Amino acid sequence: MTDATSAPGAASIPGDVSAAEPRARTRRRFRPNGSAVVMALYLIFLMLPIYWLLNMSLKTNTEILGAFSLWPQNLTLANYAKILTDPSWYMGYVNSLIYVVLNTVISVAVALPAAYAFSRYSFLGDKHLFFWLLTNRMAPPAVFALPFFQLYSSVGLFDTHIAVALAHCLFNVPLAVWILEGFMRGVPREIDETAYIDGYSFPRFFVKIFMPLIASGIGVAAFFCFMFSWVELLLSRTLTSVDAKPIAATMTRTVSASGLDWGVLAAAGVLTIVPGALVIWFVRNYIAKGFALGRV
Amino acid sequence: MNKTVNQKAWFLVLPVLVLVAFSAVIPLMTVVNYSVQDTFGNNVFFWAGLDWFEQMLESERMWNALGRQLIFSGIILAIEVPLGIFVALNMPKKGFWASFCLVLMSLPLLIPWNVVGTIWQIFGRVDIGLLGYTLDKLGISYNYTQDFVAAWATVIVMDVWHWTSLVALLAYAGLQSIPDAYYQAAKIDQASRWSVFRYIELPKMAGVLMIAILLRFMDSFMIYTEPFVVTGGGPGNATTFLSIDLVKMALGQFDLGPAAAFSIMYFLVILLISWVFYTVMTNLDKREGR
Repeated sequence: MTDATSAPGAASIPGDVSAAEPRARTRRRFRPNGSAVVMALYLIFLMLPIYWLLNMSLKTNTEILGAFSLWPQNLTLANYAKILTDPSWYMGYVNSLIYVVLNTVISVAVALPAAYAFSRYSFLGDKHLFFWLLTNRMAPPAVFALPFFQLYSSVGLFDTHIAVALAHCLFNVPLAVWILEGFMRGVPREIDETAYIDGYSFPRFFVKIFMPLIASGIGVAAFFCFMFSWVELLLSRTLTSVDAKPIAATMTRTVSASGLDWGVLAAAGVLTIVPGALVIWFVRNYIAKGFALGRV
Repeated sequence: MNKTVNQKAWFLVLPVLVLVAFSAVIPLMTVVNYSVQDTFGNNVFFWAGLDWFEQMLESERMWNALGRQLIFSGIILAIEVPLGIFVALNMPKKGFWASFCLVLMSLPLLIPWNVVGTIWQIFGRVDIGLLGYTLDKLGISYNYTQDFVAAWATVIVMDVWHWTSLVALLAYAGLQSIPDAYYQAAKIDQASRWSVFRYIELPKMAGVLMIAILLRFMDSFMIYTEPFVVTGGGPGNATTFLSIDLVKMALGQFDLGPAAAFSIMYFLVILLISWVFYTVMTNLDKREGR
């Protein structure tokens, strides 16, 4: 039997000769050596830059620019303290969270009935409509930045949270429809029909029976809306100036204004990773299926 | 699944339609408007026909940006798709370590894009970044703000770092759906490791891989924030991709006409390629009988 590094994934074959190693307690179906090495290398590759950011955020500026060290010599939390006590910094996080949550709620709420229609009925122009929705997911935000700015200025929504939330619907609504449609296809039609025979009205059936069935799909769709709204910068920066400025934009401006405050910049970066990490933890069992848009 | 014909389903789609029309059609029409008009300021516009389109089609600047964009998307797809599949094949199947890997792998996907740029900007600096410092100590001259090759390498490695996990997670989801019986049959047939991959795993992953390629293509074609933060499109114009060029033109120089014509052609290119992908994907879906 060859070494696992030369035969990646061979481990997934049950009853594989090497799976009978004494280390594999019961039915653990991966060979620890080769695969583990590959995964370890890959995870190290992923974590190193993040570690470096964390490392820098715990140093003082003089230490960052002075001696080169792999870990902080004089551990300091001053960078974090600065961000968490200064409203012009932490309001950035609050603003970001407000529009991200608004966007997630709007996107999922409008996507639910639409996804149901796409998964259950065929109607005039449904395929074209679906593709048209997808094209909006493909639209480069750069194309829309200027028109959005003018549109929201003219209706008086410039620099409000709702403006950013609505703008992000551009790519989040199609994505939510896409994901939910995938999950809804997996629910057999008989359930709908039985519910109607039992005298359920459509709204009551949808809320009481159907939504619990695709709860994981809703969770996944919400996660993706959260994610794409949270990471987007171009539109949120274009549409805001003071009152609704997202943290990502705060970072770029404050840094250029006060010279290069590397420690605070790094600390702000670390803090932007935290909400994402928390959300991942909650949906960790559905991530893989969610990324496949429910299509496995 | 057989769907019933029901025209009333339009009412269920209506909210989405209204919302997306507001946030997509109105702005898009503004762009179309600009693309066929010219102005001397003061909001006085007059008809310019297709002049801007002709001008943009002849402009070397756009073709260069498009060329760079295609090369960039090609390279990152060529790296991320095989690497993603490879990682997925090596992931633990269940238990604590599977969750552990999933969480850590998803982490880069949830970092705001300009923070991704910042991370790599710092990481690659020769004086304070781990990567730049190490390369410098090894005697490799590395400076992503000056050197063409270093700038490209940094942007590509950054994108691989950022997005390979997406491909890996999709491939992993595809692999998880393969029943054990398939592997047992292959074992009985004494299939080699390669034929298991070629005839069982790859066909079963085809659907999700199409999604992965589609998403990666679209997103890499729209890439703006990350390379902008790291290299600012430089050195020179070496990493000025389509979006960066467009934002420079529209918001920087306020050349609305050419920028709008540019936007529309940009959008059409993406639309065309995505349409090809979409058609292939729906055909795959049909073949699986779904």
